[in-house]
Amino acid sequence: MKADPASPAGSAPLSQQRPLGDRGFQILALASGLLVLVILVLIAVSTSQQAASWFSTEGLKIFTNNWDPATNHFGVLGFIYGTALTALIAVILAVPVSVGIALLLTEVVPYRWSRPIVYVVDLLAVVPSVVWGLWGILVFVPWIQHIYASVGSGVNGVPVLGALFGPPTSGASFLTAGIILAFMITPIVTSLSREVIATVPQIDREGAYALGATRWEMITGAVWPHSQGGVVGAVLLGLGRAMGETIAAALVIGSAVNVITTHLTVPGYNMPAVIANQFGEASGTFRAGLMGLGVLLFVFTIIINVLARGIVERSARRKRGA
Amino acid sequence: MRLRYRKQAATAGVAVVALTFALGACSSSGTSAPSGGSTDTGTATSGGGGSSNLSGTLNGSGSSFQLSFQQAAIQSFKSVQSGMTVNYGGGGSGKGRTDLAAGTVNFAGSDSTIPEKEAANFKGKTVLYFPVVIGPITLSYNLSGVSNLKLDPTVIADIFDGKITTWNDPAIKAINSGVNLPSTPVKLAVRSDSSGTTANFSNFLVMSAGSAWSLGTSSTINWPKTAQAGNGNGGVAQIVKSTPGAIGYVDYADAKASGLSFASVKNQAGSFIAPSIDAATAACQNATVKPDVTFSCLWTPGAQSYPITYQSWDLVFQSQSSSNTAAMLKAYIGYLLGDGQKLLPTLNYAPLPSNIQQMAQAQLSKIGS
Repeated sequence: MKADPASPAGSAPLSQQRPLGDRGFQILALASGLLVLVILVLIAVSTSQQAASWFSTEGLKIFTNNWDPATNHFGVLGFIYGTALTALIAVILAVPVSVGIALLLTEVVPYRWSRPIVYVVDLLAVVPSVVWGLWGILVFVPWIQHIYASVGSGVNGVPVLGALFGPPTSGASFLTAGIILAFMITPIVTSLSREVIATVPQIDREGAYALGATRWEMITGAVWPHSQGGVVGAVLLGLGRAMGETIAAALVIGSAVNVITTHLTVPGYNMPAVIANQFGEASGTFRAGLMGLGVLLFVFTIIINVLARGIVERSARRKRGA
Repeated sequence: MRLRYRKQAATAGVAVVALTFALGACSSSGTSAPSGGSTDTGTATSGGGGSSNLSGTLNGSGSSFQLSFQQAAIQSFKSVQSGMTVNYGGGGSGKGRTDLAAGTVNFAGSDSTIPEKEAANFKGKTVLYFPVVIGPITLSYNLSGVSNLKLDPTVIADIFDGKITTWNDPAIKAINSGVNLPSTPVKLAVRSDSSGTTANFSNFLVMSAGSAWSLGTSSTINWPKTAQAGNGNGGVAQIVKSTPGAIGYVDYADAKASGLSFASVKNQAGSFIAPSIDAATAACQNATVKPDVTFSCLWTPGAQSYPITYQSWDLVFQSQSSSNTAAMLKAYIGYLLGDGQKLLPTLNYAPLPSNIQQMAQAQLSKIGS
């Protein structure tokens, strides 16, 4: 927090000695910043352009649950549902664990022990997407399909559980993709939550203890109100990442089109996976439709990210006011 | 504000990646079609690939069915033209045709002719078709104790659209008299990626099964929800191998490599033929070949024809931008059509029948600059 105001004071004497270098740096920084914007806009324009024939030939039918290239139907509702479902599963599984780790690191273990734990959690983020996918399809799916099958027969007929986990079950499914995505977003949600929680003033914690609070009461009374906005932002950033994750999802989601169901253990599809799988042999409206899926995904992730930033910033402002 | 730094770092990362792609695309298009490699050292004559000292780079992409043949051919082609570098990236037939139309490659591998919807991309330029490889698509299955399964098109259609659900179904029994079929449920293994194999297999069902097949033909099919999907021929083979009761359509080379058992399929003449290299060549021998050397080996007449045989072409623009590129294309494709064909049986693909081979070779001289 203190880094920002400190920099102008430090650079003032430098600019008097080397105005040229400073100017050069300014131009470089500005150009790099603009370059990012320009590239983003160009990507958006060119993908929309390539998707135009899909939007124009299908019209509002793009939001039906009917994707069948063999009969020229390109409705993508099933993929949108799959994206939302897998991202939601990932967030539900990853957030309690991530926040738990963050609290462990900031509130429970001493600093010198927290660093190795941070390294290990960050290592999860280094594992490439395709490795998660291959591990998923070769190790995780064969192992968990038996669990799905026995749980499925166990809950068959039970009102809510039967609708979620009942048969037929398959190892490659929405739930498997959600679990793999949960592994993948845990590091980012953890490290963002940890940073937010670390900004809680020490004096608030000590105040809570002074009033006789236990550690749990201190966390719920002093830490949580102060950091919940930031944690929600971290969760949304994780959600955005889970929505866009491609190869891992493509390998374990089961690749079944037009699936909208309450069953979590059946094969399905999400938006990035269908693009990755079907693009190679696509042509005409089929290709435009896949491009259009990319545009929709782009729009969705931008919305989620803007939302997340807004929430994080609002909570930061509130903290400054407090 | 550490959060903000993190976000900026991430955005910068995106920019770097995007820039890398942009530059990569520029440099690859720069080195390929227009310049045609280094200066014209080649003598640029005679279409047979006989000229000895060509140099430069040829780039191709497309059909993954061709990939292992192209890799093997590129290796052995080095002893014919040591100064030439040939690259073949897979990526699928659709990608190959897009790359060719965009001028990023010199030739494209494609399992089908150019669809009408894509014709406009080629801006009226003449594209030559050179068939280079053919191969059977097997119906591989996993049933212990059943070694010689027979299937006909209607039964295959009913299996793959989910009407037949157990292996001892009367329709399967009727054509497999004397075989002890178990009551195991049928488990479908299909492709998760879009594929020329899927397009040809479904096209075979459209041609042969008539009204029994309702799912149409495309590089992607909406299979019954119970189907398990694998990536590539290898992925489907893996599912068949590990799932008792499974059946899937797998390229012959991959089925052999995975040691799968495959069914004999009833052909147009009414005989049950097992997939093999000879049966594939026989199927194409009986195909109707158009003057531009396009044809379909699916469901052809002839008692020895394996009915699910497909083919792949290399697509080349008739008019090349430089005489060196034209000479290199003649040399390499001439090699694929000539000595390269001898590599095919070792890779479990089938060589072209001689009538098609000669037509394709005669067409080489059309490549010009």
